[in-house]
Amino acid sequence: MGVIIVSAAFSGCAPSNEEGDFSGAASKVYVAPGKYDEFYAFMSGGFNGQLTVYGLPSGRLFKIISVFSQNPETGYGYSEETKPMLMTSYGFVPWDDAHHPELSQTDGVPDGRWIFINANNTTRVARIDLSTFETAEIIEIPNSAGNHGSPFVTENTEYVIASTRFSVPVPNRDVPIDSYKENFKGTLSFIKVDPEKGNMEIAFQILVPGFDYDLAHAGKGPSHGWAFFTSYNSEQANTLLEINASQNDKDFIAAVNWKLAEKYLAEGKAKKINTEYYRNYFDEDKQKAFSEKRSSVYVLNPKDCPGMIYYLPTPKSPHGVDVDPTGEYIVAGGKLATVIPVHSFSKMLKAIENKEFDGEIDGIPILKYDAVIAGEVENPGLGPLHTEFDGKGYAYTSAFISSEIVKWKLGTWEVVDRIPTYYSIGHLMIPGGDSKKPWGKYVVALNKITKDRYLPTGPELCQSAQLIDISGDKMQLLLDFPTIGEPHYAQGIPAEILMKRNKKFYELEKNSHPDKTASEKETRVERKGNEIHVYMTATRTHFKPDNIEGVKVGDRVYFHITNLEQDWDIPHGFAVKGLNNSELLIMPGQTKTIEWVPQKEGIYPFYCTDFCSALHQEMQGYVRVSSKNSNVELSFN
Amino acid sequence: MKKTIVAFLTTVLIFTACSSEEGDKPSGRANEKLAAKFGLTVFEYENGIGPIKEKLNIPAEIDQIMAQSGKEIFDAKCTQCHKINERYTGPALGDVTKRRSPEYIMNMILNPTEMTQKHPEAKKLLGLYATQMTFQNVSKEDARKILEYLRSVSN
Ligand SMILES: [Cu+2]
Repeated sequence: MGVIIVSAAFSGCAPSNEEGDFSGAASKVYVAPGKYDEFYAFMSGGFNGQLTVYGLPSGRLFKIISVFSQNPETGYGYSEETKPMLMTSYGFVPWDDAHHPELSQTDGVPDGRWIFINANNTTRVARIDLSTFETAEIIEIPNSAGNHGSPFVTENTEYVIASTRFSVPVPNRDVPIDSYKENFKGTLSFIKVDPEKGNMEIAFQILVPGFDYDLAHAGKGPSHGWAFFTSYNSEQANTLLEINASQNDKDFIAAVNWKLAEKYLAEGKAKKINTEYYRNYFDEDKQKAFSEKRSSVYVLNPKDCPGMIYYLPTPKSPHGVDVDPTGEYIVAGGKLATVIPVHSFSKMLKAIENKEFDGEIDGIPILKYDAVIAGEVENPGLGPLHTEFDGKGYAYTSAFISSEIVKWKLGTWEVVDRIPTYYSIGHLMIPGGDSKKPWGKYVVALNKITKDRYLPTGPELCQSAQLIDISGDKMQLLLDFPTIGEPHYAQGIPAEILMKRNKKFYELEKNSHPDKTASEKETRVERKGNEIHVYMTATRTHFKPDNIEGVKVGDRVYFHITNLEQDWDIPHGFAVKGLNNSELLIMPGQTKTIEWVPQKEGIYPFYCTDFCSALHQEMQGYVRVSSKNSNVELSFN
Repeated sequence: MKKTIVAFLTTVLIFTACSSEEGDKPSGRANEKLAAKFGLTVFEYENGIGPIKEKLNIPAEIDQIMAQSGKEIFDAKCTQCHKINERYTGPALGDVTKRRSPEYIMNMILNPTEMTQKHPEAKKLLGLYATQMTFQNVSKEDARKILEYLRSVSN
């Protein structure tokens, strides 16, 4: 009896559109112990500033990669080696808002070498090395504010492109905000990527009218050599944007011929603008990050560069811009639009040739809407935002307001299927779904608001992702799982591509960290004035030295710890009582340094924080801290 | 149980006595039986499990140059756990070439995880020292050099 009541009450609460047999779904996402997931999914951490790695189809969380935010779990941004990664022209910035991961591509296909991600707030782009799953480089974007339309790659990762969401004075200076129309500008940045090492440099920026540039995607195939950027606020309002930036019936997609821009740059058409920004990189051999300051950037003005940039009129406050696998269709998602407009790249070229213009803004010709439009998807859901492709002729668009994914056919523009999401989907992701060759087996919905979906966890509710099977005619919900931070956008790639490249440990022979301790024989403690340098090794299951005396209150103590292990999955941790900093987590073969300034006399234990072996608890030691004027000799063993 | 230990000690003794003699296989019936009991081949039982799958041709005389370079590798990659004359994280190694065959030593260096999972001797030591020996990213050639160094310090 009780059972019947409970089940009746329960089914009464369940969302009616989700009834049905989920046992088939469960078996499709079950990954047995010891078996690997088919895909890695990289999801942005949104406001936590990191990048999270999940398995698909299981939805298991594998790792949080530290990118723009300090991470006490590893010491990232706290250790002396990684602090330089977070240097900017505004000083040390230990947090950011990370939105769009983007895998590097070769021939328009994700190649598993790197993944890039943007920092919106203090405008930066990071490159993560996928052999180590660690952040390898961060470059600051000058003349930008709200680095949102970023970082999208060209077909062979020639460039990472980035556009500015908030227009600002270029160069930035003290002006009245109501002088917006005269003084505020947008920039579209092209970051050159070294094809071997991946090193990033800003090759040039394009100065554009002071709209808000929101998202971007590069062309591919026939449209390779072009890049597309959405904009809103073509009204150039600077107050109460929710009303004042929604006046125009159409805003624009900016189409940039970057090959032509390269030519103008080579011809000397760019102006060198003085500005300050940082490039930070992690040297894997030295096991250390370095900061380099840059003092200028090349800027191209469309007025001096005919044919470099055009505006495609697009209704209404377009948000996403996505290029289909053939490279012919440019799909816009309009937050306020009632249809999904799809532009045709070939028609665009023809319209340019025939000069079918509707005026111009600051030297940028506006193409006629009817001349470039390939079709409009009717009834695409409310608030269509982003589109990914399955490589089989279908497109999948997220509709934020009506909380659904809408599947439609390229060419006929008809909606063929729709599935609800829980709730308020932003981006969506098909592995390779923004590339030339999608692995069109799943689409992942990346949701913002998940009321009623999970057990409550206080006022803050989980954000979530949902895995949907798209292998058949009808989309089928398989799984939903909570995410860390906001799963803003994501990228997916078959695991086998990355597993082949995976680094298992850092070779001690290659470790050229200046403070490396190559063997226990080299362990020592040295005093230089009020600095104390501890050259320590960690191995299963001891530190050497494990007792240190002669440290005085106020000394700056640097623990330089080398993990001597050469087998994977044997990190050692390090923490000292009262350390006003973080712990360290040191991978096999790595050297890391943490600074400690003891404030009080006494005995301070330190220990390994990462369970390393049966004798892990024995992996400990003591530092004796004496008064400033004590005569305890420096000693260790 | 007792019997096994006795049999075991006997084989160890036989084995030790013979191991320095090149190419001489101490493959008595007892070893065959023991090997089978642990699911190993006689070679594996006597010489460890790993990339060294047959007896090596090791001259009696020590190659000093090889031993010197073996010492350097040993200092960099092994001394955090092994000393020559005293117990540390792992056993003292001054007498290891008397206790184990050259092939066994190299297999232990090159394949410690599988050794401690499957080989009765390595298992026993894992129980005794409670610390899993790690593979230190040593090549076969380097393992051979370390062996030469250990031969040179044999006491
Ligand atoms: Cu440990």
